[in-house]
Amino acid sequence: MKLDVYIRKNLRDFVLEVEFSVRDEIFALLGASGSGKSMTLKIIAGIEKPDEGRITLNGRTLFDSAKKINLPPQVRRVGYLFQNYALFPNMTVAENILFAAIGTRDEKLFKLKENLARFKLDGLENSYPHELSGGQAQRVAFARVLASHAELLLLDEPFSALDSHLKWQLERELNEVLKIYGAAILVSHDRAEVFRLADRVSVINAGKIEALGTKHEIFQRPPTKAAALLTGCQNISAAKKISDDKIFAEDWQLTLSAKKIPDDLKFIGIHAHALESCSEAGENIFPFEIIGVVEEPLNFTVTVRAAENALPLRWQVDKNFRDKNGEVFLCLLADKIIFLRG
Amino acid sequence: MDSPLVITLKTSIAATAVTFFLGIFFARAVINLRRFKGIADAILTLPMILPPTVVGFFLLLIFGKRSTIGKFLLQFDVSLVFTWQAAVIAAVVVSLPLMYRTTRGAFEQLDRNIIDAARTLGVSETKIFWQIMLPNARFGILAGTVLAFTRTMGEFGATMMFAGNIPGETQTMSTAIYAAVQANDYDLAFQQAILLVVLSMIFMVAVNFATAKK
Repeated sequence: MKLDVYIRKNLRDFVLEVEFSVRDEIFALLGASGSGKSMTLKIIAGIEKPDEGRITLNGRTLFDSAKKINLPPQVRRVGYLFQNYALFPNMTVAENILFAAIGTRDEKLFKLKENLARFKLDGLENSYPHELSGGQAQRVAFARVLASHAELLLLDEPFSALDSHLKWQLERELNEVLKIYGAAILVSHDRAEVFRLADRVSVINAGKIEALGTKHEIFQRPPTKAAALLTGCQNISAAKKISDDKIFAEDWQLTLSAKKIPDDLKFIGIHAHALESCSEAGENIFPFEIIGVVEEPLNFTVTVRAAENALPLRWQVDKNFRDKNGEVFLCLLADKIIFLRG
Repeated sequence: MDSPLVITLKTSIAATAVTFFLGIFFARAVINLRRFKGIADAILTLPMILPPTVVGFFLLLIFGKRSTIGKFLLQFDVSLVFTWQAAVIAAVVVSLPLMYRTTRGAFEQLDRNIIDAARTLGVSETKIFWQIMLPNARFGILAGTVLAFTRTMGEFGATMMFAGNIPGETQTMSTAIYAAVQANDYDLAFQQAILLVVLSMIFMVAVNFATAKK
């Protein structure tokens, strides 16, 4: 599978302009709601039209504004999985799958049987969509796409409509489906889901791809503020490089030591779980005032600040944490500091 | 000689049958328009807003003996004005906006994702229309048909202008009531009026019963 995308479209609040390639892999678009990620999927599927661009799939041109090519969605062979599953309400499960299946009558029936079994839908053939649970409806939607001619799967927030306890099992099932399929684009705002399912991740913010790389690269070293926030970094401060090995974190009112500080540094970030408590002052170790403690299911989140007029940091600490008042020495390890461009 | 009751039913059924198909056709056509959607919608809705006498007057102008269409039809010895066919045409024109609007609303209320899903699965637009849009909009289409039928039953103004009030030919119940009152025959008018009320009631209750079951 080989997909190359360059698209540009004027939206109400920003210009969507993205360029990426997908090979035999699970490629994720991670972005906040309204960042343009769902629109990107719709444009690839042919449901929405970009102002300009070029989309090719396995050597076929799906869209090319320069050559005035715009294939209708019917012949693009791109399977789209909608958030609300979009099953045909007037058709049974079997009819839904058969309606999308291709080939002769026998081939269609074979595909129906194969996919009913694969998605554990035996016995539900004659049920209507409104009689299905959320999980079952999603499995029917998968079965329907797999029976069709799709060469690529587009998944638009596949689990957003499900309760969290159902999610895990379905996500594991989806993982199996994706292994069969080999190629998919996943759109999500849920970083954990993206990390578990995807191979490569692109972070999309206000219509632009801000970061693109393997999931480990992106999650460990997000290059921008938006990427840091989306990958779960809770502590971000505006920052200035003041010498080769010193940074001043303006929001936190801290001067930090670090190595290989880039010149275009605008922000720095550090994960809440990367802060460590220490017994005394030292390099990158500062006294912090505890200003709030929130108990979470498995840990405490403690808000601390370095000075009266400084913005607080969040520190994630285990359940053994006792000292809930007063002061604490915390270390911002140099190699845990994330440099952000803006 | 057909009674006003028979003429009313014949006219209404024939007109509703025509309106049913035309309304669905125009609903689909207007939805798919990229430009002039507002103008097309206004033209199709106009007969609902105009006084029926104005609609009838225009029909006279369009199909009358001096019009192009009228002259063309005369070559085949056909004259529509003051015929039963004219009553059907008048009923179609006044009931079409109801059918068209209700059906269009039903189409537009369908979940867009369902139609887009069918498209990405490779289903042709024709198949999408017949097997997804129509079946899933069936209650809206039924409602439009009922509205159109009741509108044709009560049609008066356009029919008077274009089809006249010829007993046994174009005299429907509503025009018969008017004629009876004109002739000071209140008993006849009352009898026809009650019949019309009972008929409409039976029809509406039957429809409500049929749709409530689902």
